[in-house]
Amino acid sequence: MTINKKINGTQMYAEVNGRIDTVTVTEAESILKSDLDGITELVLDFKGLDYISSAGLRLLLTLQKTMNKQGSMTIKNANETVTEIFDVTGFSDILTIE
Amino acid sequence: MSELTLDATIANLDKVTDFVNEELEKIGCSFKAMTQIDIVIDELFSNIAYYAYKPNVGPVTVLVDVVDDPACVFITFMDNGKPFNPLEARDPDTTLSAEDRKIGGLGIFLVKKTMDEVSYEFADGKNILRIKKSVK
Repeated sequence: MTINKKINGTQMYAEVNGRIDTVTVTEAESILKSDLDGITELVLDFKGLDYISSAGLRLLLTLQKTMNKQGSMTIKNANETVTEIFDVTGFSDILTIE
Repeated sequence: MSELTLDATIANLDKVTDFVNEELEKIGCSFKAMTQIDIVIDELFSNIAYYAYKPNVGPVTVLVDVVDDPACVFITFMDNGKPFNPLEARDPDTTLSAEDRKIGGLGIFLVKKTMDEVSYEFADGKNILRIKKSVK
């Protein structure tokens, strides 16, 4: 799992590659949550994300809750597998997916 | 039937995933089914690693059994830890807002939703969790 993070003013754009699972979620969490203070627009680009397990879903939920308070969060380019997981778990209704 | 026994630790998750994927590749498993199975391995193996022997570490055995017609795979996780049936957990309410969503129960819910069959039994002092998935 790798994350390519760019901060531009109050926007954070993060490309997440590989998988977010039980093993990688801790690192993903520390990368995505650091520098989040003052961010009003968080964009997660999942073009390179192979899959996400429930550990990753929990991370997305906490990020969404944080961004609900300080701005917005958008998920882009999720593949079919990841989209299905969002649908099955009802996360499609919680997250903003483009 | 292939079998792998190792310590139930998060550090071993990749070994289990690789072991199962090797078996799945032999039978021409579709990419989609393999991905769904990999996620389920994450859910089930991490449950065992986190809870079965807490606060100690113990072994887990993973069995992979392939059936030809129709092509499907049976994967069994066995541990000697505390008796625990994860299938008894209440399904999460998937209609709640982000603020009201609980974080528990999602993993097992995903397992139930993406596998064809999931069963649990406690026998001979072992937790035995078995999944079945069509691989085409």
